[in-house]
Amino acid sequence: MLGAERAFCCAGCEAVARAIVAGGFEKYYEAREGAGLRPDALPPVQVYDDPAAQREFVATLSEDVREATLILDRIRCAACLWLNEQALRRVPGVIRADVNFTTQRANIAWDARITRLSLVLEAIRAVGYDAYPFAPRRGDALARREWRSALWRLFVAGFGAMQVMMYAWPAYVDAGAGTLTADAQALMRWASFLITTPVVLFSCAPFFRGAWLDARRRRISLDTPIALGIAAGFAASAWATLAGAGEVYFDSIAMIAFLLLAARTAELFARQKAGRELDRLARWMPSFALRFVGASTERVPAHLLAAGDRVLVGAGERVPADGVVEEGVSSADESLLTGESRAVAKHAGAALVGGSVNLEQPLVMRVQRTGADTQAAAIGRLVERAAASRPLLVERADRLAQRLTYVVIATAALAWAASGNVWIAVAVLVATCPCALALASPLVLTRAGAQLLARGAALTRSRALEALQRATDVVLDKTGTLTLGRPAIARTACFSDIGAAQCRALAAALEASSSHPLARAFCNVGQGPTVQALRNDAGQGVEGRIDGRRVRIGSQRFCAAIAGSPAPEAKAQVYLAGDGRWLAAFFIEDALRPEAIPVVRSLARRGLRVHLVSGDDAAMVGELARRLSIEAWAGGATPQEKFEYVARLQAEGRVVAMVGDGLNDAPVLARADASIAMGAGADVAQLHADVVLTGDRLGALEDVLALSRGAMRLVRQNLGWALAYNAVALPAAAFGFIGPWEAAIGMSASSFIVVLNALRPLDTARPWKPASTSSSPSPSPSYS
Amino acid sequence: METSLYLLIPLSVALVFLIGWVFWRALDGGQFDDLERPAHDVLMDDDKPK
Repeated sequence: MLGAERAFCCAGCEAVARAIVAGGFEKYYEAREGAGLRPDALPPVQVYDDPAAQREFVATLSEDVREATLILDRIRCAACLWLNEQALRRVPGVIRADVNFTTQRANIAWDARITRLSLVLEAIRAVGYDAYPFAPRRGDALARREWRSALWRLFVAGFGAMQVMMYAWPAYVDAGAGTLTADAQALMRWASFLITTPVVLFSCAPFFRGAWLDARRRRISLDTPIALGIAAGFAASAWATLAGAGEVYFDSIAMIAFLLLAARTAELFARQKAGRELDRLARWMPSFALRFVGASTERVPAHLLAAGDRVLVGAGERVPADGVVEEGVSSADESLLTGESRAVAKHAGAALVGGSVNLEQPLVMRVQRTGADTQAAAIGRLVERAAASRPLLVERADRLAQRLTYVVIATAALAWAASGNVWIAVAVLVATCPCALALASPLVLTRAGAQLLARGAALTRSRALEALQRATDVVLDKTGTLTLGRPAIARTACFSDIGAAQCRALAAALEASSSHPLARAFCNVGQGPTVQALRNDAGQGVEGRIDGRRVRIGSQRFCAAIAGSPAPEAKAQVYLAGDGRWLAAFFIEDALRPEAIPVVRSLARRGLRVHLVSGDDAAMVGELARRLSIEAWAGGATPQEKFEYVARLQAEGRVVAMVGDGLNDAPVLARADASIAMGAGADVAQLHADVVLTGDRLGALEDVLALSRGAMRLVRQNLGWALAYNAVALPAAAFGFIGPWEAAIGMSASSFIVVLNALRPLDTARPWKPASTSSSPSPSPSYS
Repeated sequence: METSLYLLIPLSVALVFLIGWVFWRALDGGQFDDLERPAHDVLMDDDKPK
């Protein structure tokens, strides 16, 4: 194929590759940025042809023409989007197919006489992707309107500015030579006036509106100086035109408007892009679900699901709500929520989160929470809340910008009064607009939130970024933070000729049906021998016969009853004994997270002092601290003592970041300068912490610290630049060194620098890679 | 010669409004909704003779 021998992982992949090449789409292979995904057994698409199901997302353009917007799934790079678009356009009956590379949506129109929606969707399946129709969200339409209107204003201002400059040019060249007649000059002025009017009235409307709204509340906003400057300049020029005497500066006005709008539009573009990243949780919730009615299924809109419904989630489909697996064994890609792309095994009883992808086999799930109650929605709300609290530094900068605005207006008035030249006042107003101060941080904060979310950490208060960045000490809780919060076998002591592995297998077989909390420690051991005559002695242990011999597992006393002698090891939690002999003792403890040691080590390398404070037995905590080489530790601490521990550190001038499970240690988390909670379990919404590690991965802690440092560094650079610029520009404009148009260039350049700086990589500790907008669940190779 | 200004300048003003209207049509038609695509189109152009 394609002039060379190619190896395929399966016949399915080969068929897909053949379809791509036969369609003439081999360009895809040249441009793609990585291997494709394995096409799984996908659920049928015919259900989308049902008129009732179509009502929500299919628009009827004319009698035969239908239109719909499709979400394209499994997109990884621009080559994928191109391939999808080409595939769509080849479907007979498709009138129009446009893939938007920015939003990764396809807008299609088709002739209902020739084709059906399901055929269109199957064309996408044929090249190895998946698509489903969706109902556009209100926010999307709003964002698009905002973007279009910003561009339209920018165009009017830019085009107007160029044209007005042409009319102004003869006057500049002629200056004093007198070759231009008065009539011709008047004509140029009137033409400039005519074109500048829409620039001021339409393009600059947002400035006037902002200034007016604040003026009515007796406040001054950042729009006020701009609105005043443009209004004063335009009024003076208009008066000169009407009176036929005096200077006109329509060219400067139009140019100021254009440059200011250009800076604003760039900021809007970056903000919308970052916002889309932040929003992706809600975006990926499927709009349909297969609900069981008796033994068969029906396709219903996902928002109609209710707790208790049984739903079939096909392989490759997204889970429509939070719930538990009832039947089936599969694995799920939860990277959307956790930032962790490794697949998570799912079997009966396992929790499924809405928005994750079921990878291998169909699963039957029972819905527990839907819509706004789901984990994804809760995380979305947490992240939205972040914007309500800004870092202190940013708040101080905003107050400063506010005060600076008064200074600017006062200076402009003074300069006008002193020089009698309105243009010096306009230059002051335009040059020193504190916009850069205001633009400096929101974009950085939004980006930090989006990138953290992509790595499995939900930032719930932006203010915490500051404390995280300044943190000198990290206080770690033990249970659920450094440990997984569930029991595991730490050590096995054997007392007979039966080896440790076999003892564990025996124990696992006996404990398989036990509901005792410690029994969970054995559930990962694997398949054990068969047990007969299993008898559960509540609270004591389990007895059974393996190969005809009696075996007991449980408490020391329970086992001693058949072993006949005191146990050789006194301190273990679980014992295994046969008739007349001891077999093994198991030391059970809360298993350490696999990433705990590297994370603690890397924190120490960053120069942070790591503390371990736990309510558990001091000896155990000390042992753990030694294993992790943590020098500062405290065991047996009550919540009050934990609180005092943190307070004591703070009294020494340390900045403390506390990591806990977020439920039992709420007071101490609240006391710490920055709090981080592990997002295990379902109650993300109830966690009180600045950052929630949604993936329940301690490793995300490093990303949090690195990103917060990077984000605050950018914020500080931006604020520093904006202050330095204003410090130079204000006196320069006030003393007439720079004219209005130079002021406009300076002011917009300053805004552009700030916006561009805000778009730089936040995280310099690691090579930056753009947050992937799609899932890449399995590393398995496919299409050659 | 100068009299031509009286024709050309009003004409240029009319032209400005015309071009503005054309741009508005393009904008309203969604031509500027996706600014990332054109960058990729250069790489993906279909120059194979049919």
